[in-house]
Parts: sequence; structure tokens; C-alpha cells
Amino acid sequence: MRSKINRFFLLFLFLNFASVASAQSSGGGSNYLLTALAAIAVFIVLGAIVMVSDNLLKIEAKESGADKTGTNYSIFPRFNELFGGSAPNYVDGPVTFLKKGHDILLQGEAAKSTNDGSNVTTFAVQPPNFVGISPIPKVVVEVGDEVKAGDPIFFDKKRPEIQYVAPVSGEVIAINRGAKRSIAEVVILADKEMKYRSYDVPNLADCSREDLVNFLMSSGGWSFIRQRPYNLVADPVDTPRGIFVSTFDSAPLAPDLNYIVDGNEAAFQKGLEVLGKFAPVHLGLNAKGSEAPHHAFTQVEGASKNWFHGKHPAGNVGVQIHHTDPITTSSKVWVAGVQDVITIGKLFSEGKFDATRMVAVTGAEVENPQYVKTYLGANIEGLVKGNLKPLEEGKSIRFVSGDVLSGKQTSTESFLGYYDDQVTVLEEGDQYEMFGWLLPLAPRPTISGTFPNGLYPDLKFQANTNTHGEQRAFVVTGQYESVLPMDIYPQHLMKAIITNDFEKMEGLGLLELAEEDVALCEFACTSKQPLQSILKQGLEAMRDQ
Amino acid sequence: MSLLNFLKKIEPDKKSSPFLHTLFDGFFTFAYAPDTVTKGGVHIKDGMDLKRLMVHVVLALQLCYAFGSLNIGHQHFAALGMYPDFFDAFHLKIVYGLIQLIPIFVVAHVVGLGIEFWYAAKKGHAIEEGFLVSGALIPLIMPPDVPLIWLALAVAFAVIIGKEAFGGTGMNIFNVALLARAFIFFAYPTEMAGDTMTSGKEVWVSGLEFDPAQLAEGVKQQVSYYHWWSHGIFDSIFDAFGWRTFGEGGVAVADSFTGATPLGLAKAGGWAAVTEVYTPTQMFWGGLPGSIGETCKPFIIVGAAALVAMKVASWRVMIGMVIGCALTGMLMNGFTSGSENAALAYLQIPWYYHFYMGSFLFAMAFMATDPVTAASTNRGKWIYGFFIGAVGLIIRVMNPAYPEGWMLAILFMNVFAPLIDHYVLESNMTKRLKRA
Repeated sequence: MRSKINRFFLLFLFLNFASVASAQSSGGGSNYLLTALAAIAVFIVLGAIVMVSDNLLKIEAKESGADKTGTNYSIFPRFNELFGGSAPNYVDGPVTFLKKGHDILLQGEAAKSTNDGSNVTTFAVQPPNFVGISPIPKVVVEVGDEVKAGDPIFFDKKRPEIQYVAPVSGEVIAINRGAKRSIAEVVILADKEMKYRSYDVPNLADCSREDLVNFLMSSGGWSFIRQRPYNLVADPVDTPRGIFVSTFDSAPLAPDLNYIVDGNEAAFQKGLEVLGKFAPVHLGLNAKGSEAPHHAFTQVEGASKNWFHGKHPAGNVGVQIHHTDPITTSSKVWVAGVQDVITIGKLFSEGKFDATRMVAVTGAEVENPQYVKTYLGANIEGLVKGNLKPLEEGKSIRFVSGDVLSGKQTSTESFLGYYDDQVTVLEEGDQYEMFGWLLPLAPRPTISGTFPNGLYPDLKFQANTNTHGEQRAFVVTGQYESVLPMDIYPQHLMKAIITNDFEKMEGLGLLELAEEDVALCEFACTSKQPLQSILKQGLEAMRDQ
Repeated sequence: MSLLNFLKKIEPDKKSSPFLHTLFDGFFTFAYAPDTVTKGGVHIKDGMDLKRLMVHVVLALQLCYAFGSLNIGHQHFAALGMYPDFFDAFHLKIVYGLIQLIPIFVVAHVVGLGIEFWYAAKKGHAIEEGFLVSGALIPLIMPPDVPLIWLALAVAFAVIIGKEAFGGTGMNIFNVALLARAFIFFAYPTEMAGDTMTSGKEVWVSGLEFDPAQLAEGVKQQVSYYHWWSHGIFDSIFDAFGWRTFGEGGVAVADSFTGATPLGLAKAGGWAAVTEVYTPTQMFWGGLPGSIGETCKPFIIVGAAALVAMKVASWRVMIGMVIGCALTGMLMNGFTSGSENAALAYLQIPWYYHFYMGSFLFAMAFMATDPVTAASTNRGKWIYGFFIGAVGLIIRVMNPAYPEGWMLAILFMNVFAPLIDHYVLESNMTKRLKRA
């Protein structure tokens, strides 16, 4: 506070000098223009002196490494310090205020109660969930085999050392293939009583990095560590700049990670310790809620905490990386989800591959939206069994593995994605609507000011999957920027991807983005452009380079 | 849903009759929001689409349309020295204005949309909604008595050369509505400059012509004229109610009528000459000759505020333009302050009065903010707006050939918008690559 007052005082002093100087120069007082010019010149000279000294201060702070702590070393207060909201009491560090973004409020948020998941009997690991994996990985089990939780089931022929393992124990009942004989999923019928593969767990305190990597790769824990850019399973030979874990999910109807981590504090802490062996760990915390995040997050050890205050996509790890330590063309970072960190932690603390997942079953078409305690890759039908609203005549519903913005469309026979902890069930919008573009019958989520939604800030929408319009050329500008809290020009980046301009793609920040980051832009797009698939195309082209 | 079924049944075949199918598709999607669902990306989408966007711009223009209709009538009668009070003989003025305005509106839309439909059918894509706004803007920036054939040519030029040649909606470099206006401006310069002595036609004030009887004797006298098939029919209705009627026409223009606009007066004699004829209040409320929609400042401000509140138009361009115009105006004032030279009278007009005169506000609210032709980066929009304001005022004040500057300034900056964006993006790229 004291330093802020000092800064204001300095500014005030300089302004005073400027006005005094101009008053003196107006001695003659006849030529109004000359006076004004002289005043401006004096102001510019003084301003230049202030700017130079300010920059020197900042450079000094950078040289000494002091600016990494997030303290403001400039003599000017930051924009947020002046106009940003004040941070809540529970925050114990600098807060990044993200002005841009939009929270989509939907009906069907999961209540904080947990179903035991006894309806879910089959589980699957789906190779297509892993970006960049070869379409036909080497499957090491056969239909009818008995596996324990943690037993390898397949590996990528390009990187055979990374094992993908069974999340549950039981019998392999199917290996389903997709287009061109690619492996779509390996399905396991789970045992009533889980059996775990036993490991030789290395001692975390004195094992080498190589031992740690080898253990994680063979135990299956490595598959939870992903690399940005590209969201691939991390490459063990790389040294990342940092490992980022977001402790809140701001997507529509996203599970509350504070609720999920409850009871797993020790495992989470252990998992962070493991990750800390590779690189500094950065935790992204939510400074927006009325209550403090769970103490498992706030009282974490061995990781730096970064507070973020903002609407979706503030919870996206990509946005948090951008504001903490941006990805560059030459550096990589790793990311992991909270439940993935817990699984890694349990590998070490309990010596078993415990892929327990709390899955939020959400959406307007769910009778009792709640959490289901199950395992990774749970069958969708099991998750929603007996919990769907009766279907009206002529209507159909859609199941989404993940949230409505970046999730994948799925079906009851299919399974939850490897990294997903949410199922959303919503109505299909395959109905014509008379003058629906002008006078919609039901309220709709939107960022546009042409709807009166601003008058009802707490209204929860029953959204359907209608596109609400047809695809058009890019017309509106500035719309994507208004919902993406990053220093990126998404529209120009998309155009660079469409025109295959690699230099521009890289320069405009393609590598800093994952599909989920532009999902909100795609939602908001007036021209209904498929931004996520354009971005995916760009990332793939860039990766092939 | 029987109407829906009926429409589905009469849908023309796409292969055998592409034009009819495009036409059908255009009107069908207008009546019914399509039943397409999201696929592959996000699962829910914003309720906003291009149709809705365009219609809201058109809605924001409605006050200008209402005032424009009344003002056409008012200027007509004012030229004749009749009903000097603005709301006097309201029914005559509004009906007169609508009889003048509706054909302009219809011609602009029939020509423009016709070309759009034809191109859409030819290229096999759906009709894009871009012309909805251009079509609504074009009548408002036309003189009230613009001959319909000029208008048709101008619209055809703007849509074909200005838009379809570049690839349709979203691809054009120049503002389509302004191109139409520029076409008329450069194709019919004498009439647009207010020359009435050649044909007797006064484009800026509607419904005047030379009296044929007097013309035969070599006397050029402008008189009013009415058509039996439009004004005459309304006359019989008004007559039945006992209201005032248009009459037979042939009323000679009043001696005091000059038809001069504030800008013309300012060019001739500075602010003193303007205030001899018009008061600032009058200029603000807009009861004076000019393009149909540009004169009433309060209604334009309401429309602009609505566009900003609905996040349809960019406030950055608008504010940038105001700053650019104000600073340039101040500079002009500053350099000429105290001078007695009559040639500098225009430069000495207090900078804030430039907002009262001419079409600055209309250009700011509806022309410069066209998202396709403006700069597309947020920082670029400030620069783009600023330079329109600065360049436009320089053209208005310092160039004797053009009475108003905004049309040329906006078209000029349309060309530079990609360059501005280029440098904004370059700086973003340099910053990012430096980090590596």
C-alpha cells in the first residue's frame, strides 16, 4: 500500500513540475499556440525521463530475477491495481485479473453428492484420446484375458516405452476397431473387487530422474503427463520449463475440483512432489469464488501458486500458462489434471495404479445431476442409468464426454474419454424454429448484446445443440478477442491456418493454444466457423513440419 | 407446422433450377431458423448469427428513416415557403416523404438483392446477409430526389465491382454503401453539387422542376409538381377527412429559398455565413436539406449508442474518429487563431461545430464501423478511426472540390485498414518471437 502511495506522489510531483514550467514559459502570454506547444514539449521531456527511469527499474528487476514473484516494479500502478477488482481475503499472492471471457450458465449442475457407481460395469481405454498416437497401437492383451488394474494393454509403436494400462481389473471383453482397422477402444468388464498390479516403487527422495521416468512409463502413470504445445503425452527426454496444474475448471457445468480433491489431499500432494522432480510445478488457483479453494490446493508445498480471477476460460491451463510463463517456439511445458495428479500420487503412496475418477454427470436432461465415483474410462450408459429425464416425443438427446464446449460427442454404448471427468447430456436442437433467429422462443446463452440476457445475469439456460444459424464468411471482428484472455489475435491466426502460412501461425501464437482455449470463441462466433477443427488442422500441420 | 410442411413440399430442386432454389432457401431460412445441429466442435452455439446481426443494424437505422421521411416533406414545403413549422401539416410531409423514399428503398433492394441472389445461385452457396445492411444504408445517404436510374446504376456498380468481384460478403475491401454514393457523386457531379439551372431538378430538395409554361417563354422558374397516381390519391383521402391537401402543384419556390447546405455556406464564408441561415440547434435537430438520413443528429446518436450497447459496432472506431476530427479541428483553429484573412474563415470554425454540420455522425456510427472494411484488430481500430476523423476533416475544410469529406476519408482508410492490421500483427509477432 505504502509503495502505491509513493508512486502516486511521484506522478503528482512530475505533473506539477510540468504545469509550473509551462506557466513560466507563457510570460509573454500573447501567442496561445506557442504556449501550448511549449507546455507539450516540457511534458514530453519530463515524461521521457520518467519512462526511461521506469524502464531502468523494470530492467533491473528482470536482471535480478525479482520480477518473477509477480510484484510490480514499475513506478506506475498497473491497470488492474487501479481499476481491477480487489482480491478476496483468502488470496495470499498476486492475482491475475482476466477481464475477458464468458461464463455460460446451464441447467443441470452436479449436486455435491456422490453415487457409488455400481451401475458402471465396463471400462475402456480409447487410443484416439491420445493426440498423435499411431492409429493402430500394439495391443498386448487379447479378448478373454484377465488383467489387473495397472497391467499394460497397449503401447504406441513410435514410443514403445510408454505403457497404456488397464484402469480396472477384470476381463478384456472386446477390442473394437474403427475406420481403417484403427483401434477404437479396448473394453474391460470390471471385477467386483479390484485387483491391483504390484510395483517396485522407487524411493522418491533418492531415485534418479531416469529411474523415476522408467517407473512412470512402465506403470502407466506417464500417460497423464501431457506436453504443450500440441497436448501430446509428454516426451520423457524433454526437460520442460514448468509443469502446470489448474485446480479449477471454469467450463460450463464443469466438476468442482474442490469437491473431488476432498479426501485425497495427501495423494495430491504426493503427486505434485513427483512432478516436482522434473520441473517447477505451478498451480493455478481460483480467486473468484466466495470461498477459498480447498486446503489441498491452498496449503500445497513444493509448488508455486498463481491466482486467477476471471470468467471462463480462466480455468483453462493454457490461459494460465500464457499469464505465468508463456510457451515459446523453443520451450515446452507439461500439464496434468488434478485427478491425474492424484493417481500419480497414489502410485507412490499406495503402490498401486488407482484410476478412481469422480465423474460429474451433468446437463439439463439428467434427472439428478451428481457425481459418480467410478474409474477412468467408464461406460456412459452405466454413468447415466436410471438418471435421465423421460424423453419427449420427437426429441432426441446427445451425450458428451466432457463439457459442452470442448467435449466429444459420444453415445451410451461408448466410454468416457481418458482425460475427461464429466458427462453432459443435452437436448438435440434438430427442430426448425419460426423466426428463431430474430425472436427465439426460449432464452439462449449468448455473449451478444442483442439479447436481453444482461438483465438476467443468473439465468441458467437449457441449451440445445442447434447451430442457431448457418456458416458464413468471417464478418464480425473483435468478437473472439473479447472472450479469449490471451494476447492473441484468434481471427488472424485462423486465417493464417486456412492459408497455410506457417510463419504467421507460429508468430501469432498457435503453439500457445489448445483446442479447448478457442472453444469459447467458436461458441460465440457469429459466422459459425468451426474454430476448433481449424486450430486442430493448424496444430497437426505444424507438428508435421 | 403445416406451413413448414407446405414450404418443404414446394422447395425447388437445386440441380434443375438453382436460382429458384437459392431464392427459396433465402426466404425459407428467413422464416425458419434451420434445424442443423453442431458437429465436431462445440456442442452449443451462441444465439447470434449474421441475420440477427444485420437486422439489428437495420433496426438502429429506423429512427433515421422516420426522421428522413418527414424531413423530405418538410424541405419540399420549406422551399415553397409553406408550413415553416417542422410539425405543421405533418400528414402531408410524412406522406410526401414516404412517396419519395419508398421507391428509393425498393429500387436499392431489388437491384442489390437481385444481384446477390444471382451470384449466390451461380456460385452455389447460400445467400449471405451482407446486403441487408448495405441496402438499408444506401437510401439514407442519397439525396432525396435522386433519380431512380442513377440509384439502380450505383447499386449495381457497388455490389458487382465493390463486393462480388472480391468474393462476396466478408471479402470486400470497400464499404459497399459508400461505393454506391461515390458512384453517384462522381458520375453526376454537377447535379450533386447542387446545380439546378440546367435541368431545373434540385436533387437535395425533392419535387421541384421548371414550370413548362414559363420555360417555353425562356423563363426558368422552379415550381412544385405532384403525381395524380400518388399524391392525388392521398389528396382525395385527406379531402374526405377535411385535412389540408397537396393541391395541384405549380407553386413557385419562395424567393428566400437557396437550398444551400451548412457546408456550402461554411466554404463560402465561414461560421458567420452558416449562422446567418441556420442556427446550431437547427443543425443539431436536422431540419435542413441534406442526404435523407444524415441530418438528425440526436437520432443518429441514439442509433450509435444502441449499436455500441448491443456490441454490434465497434466503439473504438467511433471514439477514434471523434478524437481524430476534434484534434484536427483544434489544430486548424490553433494555426489560424486571430487571423483576419477571409480565406481562412473555414479553418476558424470552432472545432466542436464540425460535429453539427454535415454527416460526420452518420459516417461515424454506420459507415466507418462496418466490420468487414474496417481494421480488424482492436488497436488497429483506434488508428483507423483516428485517421478517418483527421483525413475527413482535412478534405471537408481544405479541399474546395468536395463539399464533404467522410465518404472519401472512409474509402481511403478502407484501403489502408489491411496495412494497419499488418503492422499491429507484426508487433504482436515480434513480441512473441522475442520471447523465444
